[in-house]
Amino acid sequence: MPLIDAAHLYRYYGKHCAVNNLSFHLHKGDVLGLLGQNGAGKTTSLQMLCGVLAPSAGQIQINGFDLLKHPLAAKQHIGYLPDTPPLYRDLTVTEYLTYCAKLHGLNKQATRLAMAHVIERCGLISVSKRLIAHLSKGFQQRLGIAQAILHQPDIIILDEPTVGLDPLQMTEIRALIRELGQEHGIILSTHRLSEVQESCNQVHIIHQGKLLLNESIAALDDMMNTGIIQITTRFAADNQRLATIVGVTQIETLAENCLRVHFNPANNPTQALTETIMVAGWELQELTPVKKSLEDIFIALTQDKTS
Amino acid sequence: MKSLIIAEHEFKSVFRSPMAWTVLAILQLIFAYLFLTQVETFRRLQGKLAVIDNSPGLTDIVVTPLFGNAGIILLLVTPLLTMHLICGERRNKTLPLLLSAPISSTQLVIGKYLGVMGLLVLIVAMLTLMPLSLLVGGELDSGKFLANILALSLLVSAFAAAGLYLSTIAGHPVVAAMGSFGLLLLLWILDWSALSDADASSWLHYLSLLRHFQNLQTGLLSTVDVSYFVLFISTFLCATRQHLHRSRLTP
Repeated sequence: MPLIDAAHLYRYYGKHCAVNNLSFHLHKGDVLGLLGQNGAGKTTSLQMLCGVLAPSAGQIQINGFDLLKHPLAAKQHIGYLPDTPPLYRDLTVTEYLTYCAKLHGLNKQATRLAMAHVIERCGLISVSKRLIAHLSKGFQQRLGIAQAILHQPDIIILDEPTVGLDPLQMTEIRALIRELGQEHGIILSTHRLSEVQESCNQVHIIHQGKLLLNESIAALDDMMNTGIIQITTRFAADNQRLATIVGVTQIETLAENCLRVHFNPANNPTQALTETIMVAGWELQELTPVKKSLEDIFIALTQDKTS
Repeated sequence: MKSLIIAEHEFKSVFRSPMAWTVLAILQLIFAYLFLTQVETFRRLQGKLAVIDNSPGLTDIVVTPLFGNAGIILLLVTPLLTMHLICGERRNKTLPLLLSAPISSTQLVIGKYLGVMGLLVLIVAMLTLMPLSLLVGGELDSGKFLANILALSLLVSAFAAAGLYLSTIAGHPVVAAMGSFGLLLLLWILDWSALSDADASSWLHYLSLLRHFQNLQTGLLSTVDVSYFVLFISTFLCATRQHLHRSRLTP
């Protein structure tokens, strides 16, 4: 049984259609990235999945419970971090987490265990006695995540979890998400393409409320393969000799010692190229497969739709 | 059970800021001044009252006006206490925490209501302490005294229910406060216009908060007056729940 089975969701704000026929399926162990520009309908979709907003049309099953008919049973399985962490500034970290645990119906002992667990996991030990108002943005964000995973929900919904963090904190949060993804199902939204590549194993690209692409990360990686390798050597290489290698279709010279080798993806010549260069003594300095960035794919997809 | 968790959080959170302490201190000061004025009046009239048959007693001269004035003061103060209830959560972006937790709208509304009622009951209790101090040297008509406590409690419960509703529909706390103050004041003074034209506007009489409050204050515990307050409170609580529920569809 899928953790989330949401079909044909629509959401209108007045006449404006913010979410147009989106469907979500999430299984245990999935980390689904929701990718889109600002105003694409990411936040609205997530708010519908956790019951903060009701869909204008469509059905949502959470762990087998219908979110609209049995909201309390369904919400027990959801942990949600909104785009702004829902923190009470005049509470301390421990007081806040105790309140959240009570709201989710944890008893005293479960609360104590769960709190010790998330405080450690989200790196909040050093600030657990501090007032939330005095925490830095990074710690507030981590506390928001702690609140979402406190009651061990099967589904974790994170709305832009790394926004406003410094690069080091971002890496930490992404590692945490990957780790959590092993035991839970996670949906996260972002407009950063690299984040999806790093933390997710599935991606939905949405634009103006509609689904543009629904792929696994592996398939996305395939789409990004261009069949080009960029090579830098210390001494100028002999293009003609390289062109004879099986699989190579074309060679262009970028700079004096810098080449771009186009090849047939079915017949990857990387190994042969390296050997040839070493034997010839041109001294290989750099060999990089050129990839289409996710940005390119994103732009291509959105332009397709708008034009 | 979940309502009590929200209520406890709400009640404690007003005491974390200086707000509750300020409100309690200033109200207590004003109530004490009013109380002492009434006691002074009684002392002045005591000699004259002694010769009249069936004259008004200590309770009539001290307790009833004190609670009457307290009602008017709380009409000004309650909107300030209720304005943040839902509106503050919405502006502070903490409402999603409550909406995504396994809590029904009813539990949320009742929790918030009980939370603010905690503070209001405390205010009424501290006011009640003053007439009780008269027991040292005098006697109170306990029936009338209890009727006054009940009347004021029902009155502030009604204020809080209306305040909670306006806090739910308003986008800004000041709008919520002004809205509930306006609504309550209007319901309070409906009686004034009703007085001038007695028969034509008897339904205005019926709607007036003041009239039902004063009826109860006399010690006449009538079902009509009590049910007016019960209906008033439940109407606003249901409207609040309905609005919260609907706002998921049309924010």
